[in-house]
Amino acid sequence: MTEAVKTSKLEEILGGWPGEELYGVEKEYAKEVEIRGKIERGLIEEISRIKGEPEWMLRLRLRALELFEKYPMPNWLVGVEHIDLEELSQYVKPKAERVSSWEEIPKEYREAYERLGLPELEQRFLMGLTAVYDSETVFHRFKKELEKKGVILLPMEEAVQKYPDLVKQYFAKVFPPSDHKFAALHVALWSGGTFVYVPPNIRIEQPIEAFFFIGASMEGQFEHTLIVADENSFIHFIEGCSAPLLKKYSFHDGMVEIFAKKGSHVKFTTIQNWSRNIINFNNKRAIAEENAFVEWLEGSIGSQITYTYPSTVLRGRGSRTSNIVIGLANGPYLKDTGSKVIHVAPETKSRIVSKSISNAGGINIYRGLVKISPSAENAFAQVDCDSLIMDSESQAHTFPHIQVDNPTATVSHEAKTGRLSDDQLFYMQSRGLKEGEAKALIVLGMLQDVLPDLPLEYVSVLSKVIQLEFSEVGAVG
Amino acid sequence: MSLEIEKVTVQVEADEPRKVVEGVSLTVNPGEIHALMGPNGSGKTSLLYAIAGHPNYQIIEGDVRLDGESIVSLSPDQRSLKGILLGFQNPREIPGVKLSTLLLAATNKRAGVQDLLKVQNPRMLVEARRYARELGLDPSVLRRDVNLGFSGGERKRSEILQALILKPRYVLLDEPDSGLDIDGVKAVAKYINKLAENGSGVLLVTHYARILNYARPHRVSVIVNGRLVESGGPELAETLEREGYARYGGEEA
Repeated sequence: MTEAVKTSKLEEILGGWPGEELYGVEKEYAKEVEIRGKIERGLIEEISRIKGEPEWMLRLRLRALELFEKYPMPNWLVGVEHIDLEELSQYVKPKAERVSSWEEIPKEYREAYERLGLPELEQRFLMGLTAVYDSETVFHRFKKELEKKGVILLPMEEAVQKYPDLVKQYFAKVFPPSDHKFAALHVALWSGGTFVYVPPNIRIEQPIEAFFFIGASMEGQFEHTLIVADENSFIHFIEGCSAPLLKKYSFHDGMVEIFAKKGSHVKFTTIQNWSRNIINFNNKRAIAEENAFVEWLEGSIGSQITYTYPSTVLRGRGSRTSNIVIGLANGPYLKDTGSKVIHVAPETKSRIVSKSISNAGGINIYRGLVKISPSAENAFAQVDCDSLIMDSESQAHTFPHIQVDNPTATVSHEAKTGRLSDDQLFYMQSRGLKEGEAKALIVLGMLQDVLPDLPLEYVSVLSKVIQLEFSEVGAVG
Repeated sequence: MSLEIEKVTVQVEADEPRKVVEGVSLTVNPGEIHALMGPNGSGKTSLLYAIAGHPNYQIIEGDVRLDGESIVSLSPDQRSLKGILLGFQNPREIPGVKLSTLLLAATNKRAGVQDLLKVQNPRMLVEARRYARELGLDPSVLRRDVNLGFSGGERKRSEILQALILKPRYVLLDEPDSGLDIDGVKAVAKYINKLAENGSGVLLVTHYARILNYARPHRVSVIVNGRLVESGGPELAETLEREGYARYGGEEA
C-alpha cells in the first residue's frame, strides 16, 4: 500500500518542487554552535554542558540514549530508513541571544518570522510567544498580567534551571523515552521548547504560541513542550512550524507533554506547515485527571513525511478528550497520522476525528488506537475517519484499532471515503474556478466543522494557506 | 456580438470514441432566447458540454466563437470567466461547499479578488437571497452544500439563481424545466426571460415546448441524431408541440 513512498528515493521526492514562493529559500546565516556526528555519550554530554544543565537532566538524557541504542527501528514506519541520523546536526545554536523584542533579533533571523506575520500576531492576539530557531529559543515574551497570576511560561532550558522540582515531576514522565526509539532519541537530544505552568483556577483566555523554525538542511530539531495545567485552569496553546525550502532534508522529532489536573481544560493546536524537505516525527501525549478536558487539534499541511498521533490517557474519572487530526497530502508526500486514547478511569469520554485529503499522488494513513481498560466503567468512545481522495494517483488508508476490555463501554467507529469525480470538478470549473481553486474550496468545506475550534485569526490564515497550497504556485509537477 | 457555433462536431471521449454532434451551426445573440429542441439522445446536452469545455466532449471539427473570439482551446474555467455559463440538467452534489461559498468564490474570481472567500461585496448575498425567494426557494438553500439533498426542483432553481448572480454573457440552459411542476416552470421561465432582458444570450435546451409558452424564444432550432434539421421562429416550437419529432423521421419523443 505504501510502496510508492517506500520505493521512491528521498531526493526524487524532494526534487523539482517549486515551493520557494510558499516557504522562501534556504539562506546562509551565522551559527554559534553546530554539533554533528555519532549520537553517543560524548555528544550528549557536550549539549548538556553548553546548556549548563543540572546533573539530573544529563542523567535522564543518558538513560534515554541507552534506550535509543537498544531499541530497533520501528518496522511499521515508512521512509525513516532514508534518514541517516549521523549526518545530521543534532544541535544548532543560532548566533542570536534570546530577546524579548523583535527589534533585537538579528535581521537574518527576524526576516523568517516577519515573513510569517508572527510579530503582528503576537502583538494583536497572543498572551505569550516563544520562537525557536533551529535548536534554541531566540524570542520569548509574555504578558505581565499572567506573571502576576503565577503563570510560568519559560523556555524549557530556563525552566529546568529555575523550577527543577516542578519540571522533574513531569518531564519525560507523560511520554517516557521507553515508549519507542524516536521518543528515546528525543529525550536524549532535546533542545528548545516551552514550559508552561498554569496555577489553579487561572484561565488564560487568549492563546499562547510556540513557533518552531528550521533554518537549514541536515539538521535535527528536538524541541520539548511541557504544559502543566493545575486544577480548574484553562489554557490554549498553539504550536506553529515552518521552514524555508531546503537544499536537502531536515528531521524534526519534537515532543509535547500535557498534564491536565482535576477539572482543567487544555487545548493544544498545531498548525504544521513545514516545507517539503522536513521529515516530521511528533510525540504528543496528555494525561487527563478527574474531570479534565484535553483537546488536540493537529493540522498537518506541510512536510515530506509526517508521523503524528496525539494521544490522551484518560486517567481520572469523568475526564474527556477530543482529538482532531487533519492530514493534507498534496503531492508525493506521506501523512501518517492518527490518535490514541487510553480509557483508564470510569465515565471517561473520547472523540477522535480524522480528516484526510490526498491529492496529486499524496498518501494518507490513519492509525488509531482506542483502548478501554477493565477499570473504565461506562466509557464512551467515538472515532470518525473521513478521507477525501482527489484523483486516481492518491491514496488513503485507515488502520483503526479498538480494544474493549470493559463490557459497559460504548464504542463506535465510522469511516467514509469520498472521491472527487470529474463531473464534480467540471461543475465547479464551469463556475469559473480553476481545478486547484475548486479543490481548495472542497478541502476547506471538508474542514468547516472543525475550523470553528480555531481562533478566527488562524482560520483566515489557514484558509489562505490552503488556497495557496492548491494554486498553481503550490502545484506539484 | 454573438455566440457563434460553427459547423461543430463533438466526439465523446470513451473507450470507443463516437461522434454525437455533427456539423451543427447556431448563433445565439445577446438578449435573445434561442431554443434548441430535439428528442432524447439527439446530442443537445453533448453540444452544451462541448461548448462549456467538458474534457470528455471534444470539439473535433468546427469552432465556437464568443463575440468573435474562439474559445475551443480554453479550459472550462476560462470559458466561464469569458462569459459562458452552463446550467446543468443534473447538477452535481458538491459536499462541503455551500452554495453561498460557491457564489462568493465565483463572483470574487470574476472581480479579480485573490482570496476567493473574502466577503468583498455583501450585496451579492442579499441579491442571492432575494432571487432565491422569487424563484420559490427557501433562502436557507444558500447555506446548504451545493445540490446536496436538493430536490429536483431546487436544483433547477439553483442553477437559474447562479446565472442571475453571475450574469454571464451567454447562458446555456440544459432542460431547466424537466421535473418541474407548472408553477416551477413558470417561475424558471420568468427568470430566463429576465436573463435575456438583462442582456444575456440564452441557449435554451428543452425537450418539450411547454416552457416556451412562458419563456418566449426568438429562434428555435431542432437537432436530431446529432444534426441540425430545422431552424425557424417561435412558431416552429408550436408546430413541434402539435406534431412531435416524428416529422424528422427520428424516433418518437
